[in-house]
Amino acid sequence: MVIPFTYVVRNLAARRLTTALTAGGMALVVYVFATVLMLAAGLEQTLVATGSDDNVVVIRKGSQTEVQSGIDRRQAAIVESLPGIATGADGRRLVSKEPVVLISLPKRESGKPSNVVIRGVTPEGYALRPQVRIVDGRLPRSGTAEVIAGRSVANGFRGAGRDETVRFASRDWTVVGVFDAGRTGFDSEIWGDAEQMLQAFRRLGFSSVIFRLADAARFDEMREAIEADPRLTLEAKRETRFYADQSEALSKFITYLGTAISVIFSIGAVLGAMITMYASVAARTGEIGTLRALGFSRGAILAAFLVESLLLGLVGGVVGLLGASFMQAISISTMNFQTFAEVAFSFALTPGIVASSLGFALAMGFVGGFLPAARAARMKIVDALRAA
Amino acid sequence: MVVPLLVLRNLFRHKLRTLLTALGIVVAIASFGLLRTVVDAWYAGANASSSARLVTRSSVSLVFSLPLTYASKIRQIAGVEGVSWVNWFGGVYISERNFFPQFAIHAPSYLAMYPEILLADAERKAFYTDRQGAIAGRKLADQFGWKIGDTIPLKGTIYPGTWTFNLRGIYDGADKTVDQSTMFFHFDFLNESVKKVYPRRGDQAGLFVVRLRDPAQAAAVSQAIDATFANSLAETLTETEKAFQLSFVAMTEAILVAIQAVSFVVIVIIMAVMANTMAMTARERYGEYATLKALGFTGTFVAGLIVAESLLLALGAGMVGIALTFPLAGAFADAMGTLFPIFFVSEETVALQLGAALAVGLVAAAVPAWRVARIRIVDGLRAVA
Repeated sequence: MVIPFTYVVRNLAARRLTTALTAGGMALVVYVFATVLMLAAGLEQTLVATGSDDNVVVIRKGSQTEVQSGIDRRQAAIVESLPGIATGADGRRLVSKEPVVLISLPKRESGKPSNVVIRGVTPEGYALRPQVRIVDGRLPRSGTAEVIAGRSVANGFRGAGRDETVRFASRDWTVVGVFDAGRTGFDSEIWGDAEQMLQAFRRLGFSSVIFRLADAARFDEMREAIEADPRLTLEAKRETRFYADQSEALSKFITYLGTAISVIFSIGAVLGAMITMYASVAARTGEIGTLRALGFSRGAILAAFLVESLLLGLVGGVVGLLGASFMQAISISTMNFQTFAEVAFSFALTPGIVASSLGFALAMGFVGGFLPAARAARMKIVDALRAA
Repeated sequence: MVVPLLVLRNLFRHKLRTLLTALGIVVAIASFGLLRTVVDAWYAGANASSSARLVTRSSVSLVFSLPLTYASKIRQIAGVEGVSWVNWFGGVYISERNFFPQFAIHAPSYLAMYPEILLADAERKAFYTDRQGAIAGRKLADQFGWKIGDTIPLKGTIYPGTWTFNLRGIYDGADKTVDQSTMFFHFDFLNESVKKVYPRRGDQAGLFVVRLRDPAQAAAVSQAIDATFANSLAETLTETEKAFQLSFVAMTEAILVAIQAVSFVVIVIIMAVMANTMAMTARERYGEYATLKALGFTGTFVAGLIVAESLLLALGAGMVGIALTFPLAGAFADAMGTLFPIFFVSEETVALQLGAALAVGLVAAAVPAWRVARIRIVDGLRAVA
């Protein structure tokens, strides 16, 4: 015989304050747990989505990021002439040779400076990244001091909005357009004409060469061709891999820190659940005796109290997740340790996070409820009835 | 004294419940302290900076370097006592996971400017005389088991190739706020090697450190330096060392704010747990409290009993939590290695922990104490837990 589910629910409802406080504690833990996972997932999604699988990024060997890399014109020309590069609609090779630098700009709200990526692009650069769309204004004309800013930069930094000017490299640059890159890392960049940037920053070489593969499956051949060429001191990565690598350290840091914090916090919530369930068992000693006398087995009692505790966890989990889901509206902008540049990303709630948060909540309920439930199940009928 | 005894007896009536609640508070207060310490560690660089030092860098961003010739021009500016220059090397030791900062420095002027870096005279001499020499902080050397005389290979990310250095000295810090997980080597060694391969990249300094004759002149000297190089190909941005360090902290501010917010969440969680405990405890004893009131004790006195019990539990457990923070922080610092070069529990953190424990105790007692103080004797006697 199984104790009816309504008995369990009504027990929780009978002590509203206690139930609310216990579930509230768990909800906060789940909220922290889910929020942190959402943050890490948001960062990964942003940077992984930045790359495209058939694009290849070439940087100087060992330089890790585009900003640290340097490729002189001779080497860039060799890469450009490699076979296996796709051609665009106008018959030109889809290769973009880009200078990438960091400049520090003041944030719109706090005025504190942070590093923003400035990328010099060529017409092919736009063809390589079809996700980039101008949402306000127009593209910069080549050969002029005009730039376009990604949406996050335009919103977050002074002087980067439409028709404003940013000053760097002893020049004023007019922002003639704002682009949306579909929530990718490019949203945190400013783009201008590659040759203009090279002159302004007095660079002789590019930072990276990006090209589209004619056949996405032949990446390994291309990579070997580039890395084996004695004239080149370069390395090639698929664009997806390249950006995923850049999110690794920060997202790992967030995940580790967050998980460690959640686990420590959950100790508090589990203890809370345990206190509540012990009290619940103690207050109902007589009831338990009666139930046993009516013929309910020890197993049924154990199950009833465990279900009560799991339910407590579930309520906390759902409330915590609900709170966390509101965080999706918020976008965060911080410095990526690896690139030293500002990157904007938002909290992303994935089905995996929902599942693991609810699992975490149920686990807290189970751990908190097991010992009290066992105590309830072990009671002798006579003692329990006499205690009442 | 009967009253304290009554509070004490009440506290231990439900031994298991009290123990569980106390355990929760210990965990919460200790983790609160640990999180505050992590935040402090972020600011460690700024706190260790001297007001007598300025940092001059390219106004565009740190990625851009300045011509080495600026050093002599800065030295001529009134109020400047000394100039040194530094380059960030950004090398990888064996694997990217072994991150630690490496700087190419002009050793004599740099070490003179940072007297808090303590180096034995013999080691200093050995470092100066070896072009390929390097010195490392005690903590860094311990982490990788380096001994004086060891060869340290670094794979350059900004400067291509593998660079090898001879460890000539291990420095200590004058106090615990000095970063002991940095490696320094000779600027000239880097510069000469770079000039051979990339002539255009030679004779460039990442930033200049300027020592002031009088710290009060910081603003005037900063302006004078920047004015000297205004409208040149490499304009400068000069600020105090503290402002320079804080600008790094500001870049990761979002994460810091999150950690700070989360550190308060744990206190709120434990408030909920403790409030629950006190609410249950008071509910079970309504009859007793009503009896006390019937005997003539005032509502305030009875409420005081609950507040005293709650505070005793929260503060007692809080103290244990504070005591545990220190070994925990030590273990955490060891596990993190050079990621947090400076990591210690500050007095402010301890004060905050104590305040948090006090707040938890008071908040938890508030509702039950208020209820008990106001309850009518008849209702109290009739109440069932």
